[in-house]
Amino acid sequence: MFGPLISKPGTSKNNKTGSWRTELRPKFLQKNCIGCKMCLTVCPEGCIEGNEKNTFTCLYAYCKGCGMCAVICPKKDIVMEKEDSQTNVQGKAKE
Amino acid sequence: MKELLEGSLAIAKAVSLCKPGVVSAYPITPQTHIVEELAQMVVDGHLKSEFVNVESEHSAASVVLGGSAGGVRVYTSTSSQGLLYMTEVLYNIAGMRLPVVLTCANRAISAPINIWNDQQDSISVRDAGWVQFYVENNQEAVDFHPIAYRIAEDKSVMLPVMVCMDGFILTHGMEVVDILSQEQVDKFLPSYKPLYKLDPQKPITMGPLVDPDSYTEARYAIQETQKELLKLIPQVTGEFGKISGRQYNGLIEEYKTKDAEKIIIAMGSVCGTIKEVIDELRKKGKKVGLLKIVCYRPFPAQEIYEALKNIPQIAVVDRSLSLGSYSPLYAEIRSLFFGRKKQPKIISNFILGLGGRDITKDSIKEVVRLLNAKERTCEFIDLKPELLKEEYKDE
Amino acid sequence: MNNDLFVSGHTACAGCGQSLAARLVLNAAGPNTIIVNNTGCLEVFSTKYPETAWKVPFIHSLFENAPAVASGVEAALKVLGTKDTINIIAQGGDGSSIDIGLQSLSGMLERGHDILYICYDNEAYMNTGIQRSGSTPFGTNTTTTPLSQNNYGNPRPKKPMPEIMLAHGIPYVATATVGYPQDLQRKVKKALSIKGPKYIQIHVPCPLGWRHESDATLDIAKIAVETGLFPVFEYENGKLISVRKIQQKPVVEYLKAQGRFKHLVNNPQEIEKIQVIADTNIQKYGLKAEIVAAVPKTENTAQ
Repeated sequence: MFGPLISKPGTSKNNKTGSWRTELRPKFLQKNCIGCKMCLTVCPEGCIEGNEKNTFTCLYAYCKGCGMCAVICPKKDIVMEKEDSQTNVQGKAKE
Repeated sequence: MKELLEGSLAIAKAVSLCKPGVVSAYPITPQTHIVEELAQMVVDGHLKSEFVNVESEHSAASVVLGGSAGGVRVYTSTSSQGLLYMTEVLYNIAGMRLPVVLTCANRAISAPINIWNDQQDSISVRDAGWVQFYVENNQEAVDFHPIAYRIAEDKSVMLPVMVCMDGFILTHGMEVVDILSQEQVDKFLPSYKPLYKLDPQKPITMGPLVDPDSYTEARYAIQETQKELLKLIPQVTGEFGKISGRQYNGLIEEYKTKDAEKIIIAMGSVCGTIKEVIDELRKKGKKVGLLKIVCYRPFPAQEIYEALKNIPQIAVVDRSLSLGSYSPLYAEIRSLFFGRKKQPKIISNFILGLGGRDITKDSIKEVVRLLNAKERTCEFIDLKPELLKEEYKDE
Repeated sequence: MNNDLFVSGHTACAGCGQSLAARLVLNAAGPNTIIVNNTGCLEVFSTKYPETAWKVPFIHSLFENAPAVASGVEAALKVLGTKDTINIIAQGGDGSSIDIGLQSLSGMLERGHDILYICYDNEAYMNTGIQRSGSTPFGTNTTTTPLSQNNYGNPRPKKPMPEIMLAHGIPYVATATVGYPQDLQRKVKKALSIKGPKYIQIHVPCPLGWRHESDATLDIAKIAVETGLFPVFEYENGKLISVRKIQQKPVVEYLKAQGRFKHLVNNPQEIEKIQVIADTNIQKYGLKAEIVAAVPKTENTAQ
């Protein structure tokens, strides 16, 4: 019986929303980071990872380039740079 | 065990033997006694259920949807306005393939507001994907509730089932009914093991957004399941027969049809009256019979065809209307004969019993009389032309 | 990999306040949580078949019945004996909670179910195209309260939903905002530790509907609080137990930051009406942060 259309958990990971970015993407300088984890907390995609200071970065495969992480960082250690049109987002994806 | 009971109380007993975990309903005449009795059973400790008193029928259906998704057997009941109010939830339950059982105490639909019996309410939701049974008397009503659960929870089915019984006539009528024992019901109806449920150990998403890529297949699947039910229902009623001693075909019932020259087709309690009339007319040598439709959805087209194909004249009795077109049962009966090798010469349609207007033996005799060479569509029996003469005057 | 229970790959707009709020709520609630969601942006962008962003059990039924469905789930868990170890969160947007679903929500509260209800308040029917809801503030430009010569947007005030929830006598009512994520998570945890029906209304800016940049979401959420237009408070058992104190900013700071209020910025009359709303909130909840005087007051001090 083809059934009641039930989805398996977390399968949205198959959808690489990083391809949405057209203008900007975050660059994690990993220089002045104090490990406050605010960037990780406020990312609506939940695609920022890291533990101690200067280890934070994002999964570009999912990052939509909203810029909220750059705004919240108290040390301005995240900078929004132009999305390099030469770079293939799939190729740069970190898994 | 045989007892003289009001229909509603008999239903409550039958439902409690099925041990639903969550019961939720909103009061509406004439369903009230069923739910009141269940509430009493819960507080007395006879029925171990969570009884949820809700603030609307929409919520009653939603609560049982949630309860079923949570993994337990559920029950609700309603009529008329309540059934219409919860219509979007009914479609939701069927689309989500949840085995809910609902008793519809058939009642007319407003406006004009009328609390007495006709079948417009459940007929109006026939497209939702629910299995629909129309019972003739309280014994059938009682028996079809465990049958309903058994069918709904079958892993190849997983569709909700509606047991329709005429409001007041059956719900408030006193009949001697044989209620099965708990052992008998347990033998027939095993405890509910959900195919899927909300469980943090196995987190699933139910009720997702579906785009044109998958929607059609989900609907096709229900259509196919309904077709398969035409084979499954007689099997289930057969098993019920072994345990209870009462054999039901589950789809139709043929009463003195084999040599009939005229057959009446009907659903619900009116069939009892029709059987009496048939017995009387048979004594006078008239060859009349009744085809009772028990299972309206899925529609047993082939079974009906076989029963009626050689009958010269048939009359479809509708206790509902599809205003502006052919009445519902008539339209389906008539169309199943199209293009077939054999069919009755006359298929007539009679409207009776709307808004609780009594269907007497004379009404049925009138139907038999009017079932003749002249084919009739949407012929109202017992109409009061003198009322129609009144006109609204703006004074 | 972080242990998010609401994961990437959902199709929310970049900078969506609601997706952030949902993620924060779920991480605060933990894996033993069942989510019952009304139709709306959150459900639509997170569960398009066959993909789902949820790693907890999740059910979506209709637009207005999440509280009733959650009541049924709670009843089922009671029957199965698992209610004590599982959180049930029913949620929806402002449209589904405050308008069409108010009846269902009221019933759930009145019956006293052990369910947390979360209203993601982006102040309009966003998923269907930014139409006004009962929670749309006074003066907002929405597609069904559009502007014209004599029309300055929504003519009605925001429905006082927290007050309506309080009137039900439930043990916990709070407002929160994505502007203060830790406060939001604290309130979710607090609510889930209380037995009975709970309500949290979370202010979630919508870059698309409010017309602001995708990176301004948190700042706008904060200014809403700082003007007094979205008071952040907590009631437990009917008593006000906490408010977020503010250094009051004039409402025009909030209005000029968003396209949906742009038409008001040069209209002092309309701004004044909105300022009154903010001042009333500040008065009512005691939001103004008190500045301790350096010199104690005496009767002779000029007022």
